Amino acid sequence: MDWTWFHRLASPPHVYALAVRLTPWFAWPAALCIAAGLWSGLVLAPPDYQQGDGFRILYVHAPSAWMSLMVYVTMATAAAVGLIWRMKVAHAVAASCAPIGASFTFAALVTGALWGQPMWGTYWQWDPRLTSELVLLFLYLGYMGLRAGIEDPQRADRASAVLAVVGVVNVPIIHYSVTWWNSLHQAPSVMRLAKPAMPFAMLAPLLLMLLGFTLLFAALLLTRLRAEVLARERAASWIREVVSV
Amino acid sequence: MTPRRRRLALVLGIVAGVSIAGALALSAFRQNVTFFFDPSEVAAGMVPAGERFRLGGMVTKGSLQRPPGSLEVHFVVTDFSHDVPVSYTGVLPDLFREGAGVVAHGRLRADGTFVADEVLAKHDEKYMPPEVARSLKRRHGDSRAEPTAPATASSGSGG
Repeated sequence: MDWTWFHRLASPPHVYALAVRLTPWFAWPAALCIAAGLWSGLVLAPPDYQQGDGFRILYVHAPSAWMSLMVYVTMATAAAVGLIWRMKVAHAVAASCAPIGASFTFAALVTGALWGQPMWGTYWQWDPRLTSELVLLFLYLGYMGLRAGIEDPQRADRASAVLAVVGVVNVPIIHYSVTWWNSLHQAPSVMRLAKPAMPFAMLAPLLLMLLGFTLLFAALLLTRLRAEVLARERAASWIREVVSV
Repeated sequence: MTPRRRRLALVLGIVAGVSIAGALALSAFRQNVTFFFDPSEVAAGMVPAGERFRLGGMVTKGSLQRPPGSLEVHFVVTDFSHDVPVSYTGVLPDLFREGAGVVAHGRLRADGTFVADEVLAKHDEKYMPPEVARSLKRRHGDSRAEPTAPATASSGSGG
């Protein structure tokens, strides 16, 4: 098998150029999907028979919650690649993921609380699903704090990568918390083996939003990665060629 | 073993070790992780005696009673094998329905009544438009698809 594409990913100038070229290919479709998803979810989709219009917060809440897990898996994978192959760019990817993932987690927690108050009757309960998602936010913040606290970039990369890899056990706990234990949070409506517990008119906007958030994550990650690579390579000579001051 | 192989084994070892530790810890704390007990567990005496705990299950259809002139409500929580009568004073959440899930926080009285000081509605994972729910009900008499009128006249602004 030809591994040159993989080895080229270890080269910062190559990755920087790739990120510059790819960003618009993710950013524009993301904007389109999110606009279409919001329009169809907030205006076209029918209200729910129990929750009325209140269920529409789902169109931001569920994609945010999915992304909080997806971004963590991406971050932990990049961190593991960085640890195993000693690849600096992989560490840069992991470092770029953390603030994005923390934002999605925060959005999932806040939208969930706003929905929970009228529907359940409470903003917050120490429920397995809610608590494990809060732990995820602390993992992201802990990762960022650990990186910020270590001066030497190489040591910061390795120490924070171990934290990211260790924290990955929380991901299945979050996903299965509603199945393994009695929980206030409902079981998954879409991410399950049976067919979605939702008609197409409600499901389609949700899938559009999920696709839009995934593309948004890719665009944000590439943008952050450019900044991260520039900051790490500020002493390198190739920087002067790509950035004209 | 090359250094890279060794690092790969180390990373996999960390993940495996932490997973096992997490699984052991969670199974040891199973009681504490469980958010609520169901009526069968209450009947089997698995709940902490004399302590506050949460009771979860379905509100039995037709069991809701509200004495006039007060916020007091009485209903029965069931898991379809055991029942627990619940008494509560306060405002019920929006999604509180007969035949729907509920989680109540409080104490078990000696006479077997659960006195709740907080009642939360537990939503299920089903979403559908009102027309679909109505036609489903006409066709199957499906209890879960019934757009029952809210069991309370007051809106759920309190917790």
